[in-house]
Amino acid sequence: MLNPISLAFKKAKEEKRPALLTYTVAGDSSKKQSLEILKAISNYADILEVGVPHNTPVADGGQIQTSAYRAIKNGIKMNDIFKIVRDFKKSKNSKPVIFMGYYNMIFQYGENNFLKKCKKSGVNGLIVVDLPWPENKIFSKKCKKNSINFIQLLSPTTSNKRLKRITKDSHDMIYYISMLSTTGGKLKVSPKKILANYNKIKKISPKKNCVIGFGITEKTISNFKNTDGLVVGSQICKEITRSLSNRQNPVINVSKIVNKLRKKIS
Amino acid sequence: MKLKKGIPVIDQGDRLGFWGGKFGGNFVPETLKKPIEDLEIQFNKLKINKNFIRERDKYFKNWIGTPTRFIKLNNLTKHVGGAQIWSKVVSDANGGAHKIYNATVHCLMAKRSGKKVIIGDTGAGYAGKMLSMAAKKFGLKCKIFMGAKDIKRQQPNVKAMKKNGADVIPVYSGSQTLVDAVSECFRFWVANCDTTAMCVGSTVGPAIFVRICGWSTSQISRELKVQLINEFGEIPKKLKLYNCVGGGSSSFGFWNEFMDYDKKQVEFIGVEAGGPAKSKRHAAPLTYGSKIGILHGAAQYVNQNSDGQIEETESISAGLDYPGISPLHCFLKDTKRARYTAASDEEALKAYQIVTKYENLRPSLEPSHAFSIAIKEAKKLSKDTVVIINSCGDAYKDRGILEKKLGKKYVKSN
Repeated sequence: MLNPISLAFKKAKEEKRPALLTYTVAGDSSKKQSLEILKAISNYADILEVGVPHNTPVADGGQIQTSAYRAIKNGIKMNDIFKIVRDFKKSKNSKPVIFMGYYNMIFQYGENNFLKKCKKSGVNGLIVVDLPWPENKIFSKKCKKNSINFIQLLSPTTSNKRLKRITKDSHDMIYYISMLSTTGGKLKVSPKKILANYNKIKKISPKKNCVIGFGITEKTISNFKNTDGLVVGSQICKEITRSLSNRQNPVINVSKIVNKLRKKIS
Repeated sequence: MKLKKGIPVIDQGDRLGFWGGKFGGNFVPETLKKPIEDLEIQFNKLKINKNFIRERDKYFKNWIGTPTRFIKLNNLTKHVGGAQIWSKVVSDANGGAHKIYNATVHCLMAKRSGKKVIIGDTGAGYAGKMLSMAAKKFGLKCKIFMGAKDIKRQQPNVKAMKKNGADVIPVYSGSQTLVDAVSECFRFWVANCDTTAMCVGSTVGPAIFVRICGWSTSQISRELKVQLINEFGEIPKKLKLYNCVGGGSSSFGFWNEFMDYDKKQVEFIGVEAGGPAKSKRHAAPLTYGSKIGILHGAAQYVNQNSDGQIEETESISAGLDYPGISPLHCFLKDTKRARYTAASDEEALKAYQIVTKYENLRPSLEPSHAFSIAIKEAKKLSKDTVVIINSCGDAYKDRGILEKKLGKKYVKSN
């Protein structure tokens, strides 16, 4: 049987479109609201990345940093984040969930405990920004044993030799970072060039689902229709910030954006 | 966990860059793997390249000014009444602190690899000031990331950086101090690593930066070894080396050449920043038993909460105001080669007053922490014990804080 993440890709493929992956930070702007946001956007998104906020993020741009600091300031703890996922998974049309965060949070929880808790709460995959290959070899094996997808990252600086070895060790899903940037950077490389790299990865590893992230927004998303999946994060975090400062409801505004994103790739 | 003899400590890490199997490493985003690997290859070649060493030594001698003085503090020795108290006046170096060694080596390497821009972080402003000086000297563009809080409290160094043509970029996230400046510098490098070289301002960060910095500051102990033999005819039988520890670059450099001596002969004492008396937000992870965590790409003892969020620190000295500590010092602590303790803000200020009262020396607030513990311990030591404090920074940058805390008379001479 396919795991829920691969199933989500399969379903999107049957509808002849890329899967839509969203990124929101757990606990932004509050525990309750971040759960409501997940429930609302899962009407349109295929896989939900849930950011585990950390206060020394070395790869996140301003938008996601703002969301993460807001969540931490509001007191979010690791166990609250597991609870948000568990509650979300109980809802009617829940979708696969991927945690995205930094290794220290896992390290402090204890790798084994963390994975046990992921399984219990219904987390389907993990992206650990600062645990690259080969450092992640042992941990990714542990994930596999627990039926949790460990998602390897690839970037424009990844050499061909490295690329082959990483994809070989990867599970069902791979994440290609579109350009040299923190999250939320403006797309500074042509879509053509990004797609060329994407196709290179697909050629080496045709069976794995490869998503593209960084710089994907309402404006750029339709350039990448012929891919396995696309991740939008900073634009959503930005919308939460904007809604809060305009005293509007972030849940409504964010789900509107995700709906639009989905229409652009359908 | 064991310290090996005959192998430089910077080269004692394993294949993945861990010292003692658990400190250091490379916890970095995939994008940085390639530039870090490039830097490793370059450094491993250059550190055994005779031409490069000659070039380094030329700039160290003619531009930085080596050796820095090694002086006996006669009045202080008399006042304390115990061990002989000496100082290695590293603040003699061009720019006024040890940070110049690492900055110079990074710029020489950037130049060789064809990079046009170099970026760096700074807390007290010394790492930034020195990088801006070296960048100017070697014709590189320079960007310095500095916490907004630090910009306010270390104005003299900010002015110096700007005068050297560097862009000083204020960092408003988090606690607005060094920890956030380093994060922001990393983020900039992630986005620009194809054109830009990064210099990490201390023996922290991914393993290669720890190694380059430790290799560079080791100039301090190389000089001291020669100076000791000139002065005493041998390495003294009872030698104690006191140094403040923030990230740990000056202390590592001050100790490196003496690593293989028995600690009964050459003892290393690292002094961390205890923060304001009774404060829980100290910057002393080794002294107060912080847990191992990951910060800025390396596993180390670091102040953090049970979830793994890095905790804010509080210290009068911006240069020590960092929640983590070099993996090298974690290694030296766990192998018991060095001993670590802390001095509070108040103790550091007191030590500054004592030193400036008796000697023509003005240690900045960072080495004042080391002076504090050295003075306390020297009292109880025999006359044939040689106590040396690395005065690794000059108090000029602290004039604002000193004036506020102690009154005008302590800064008049500046």
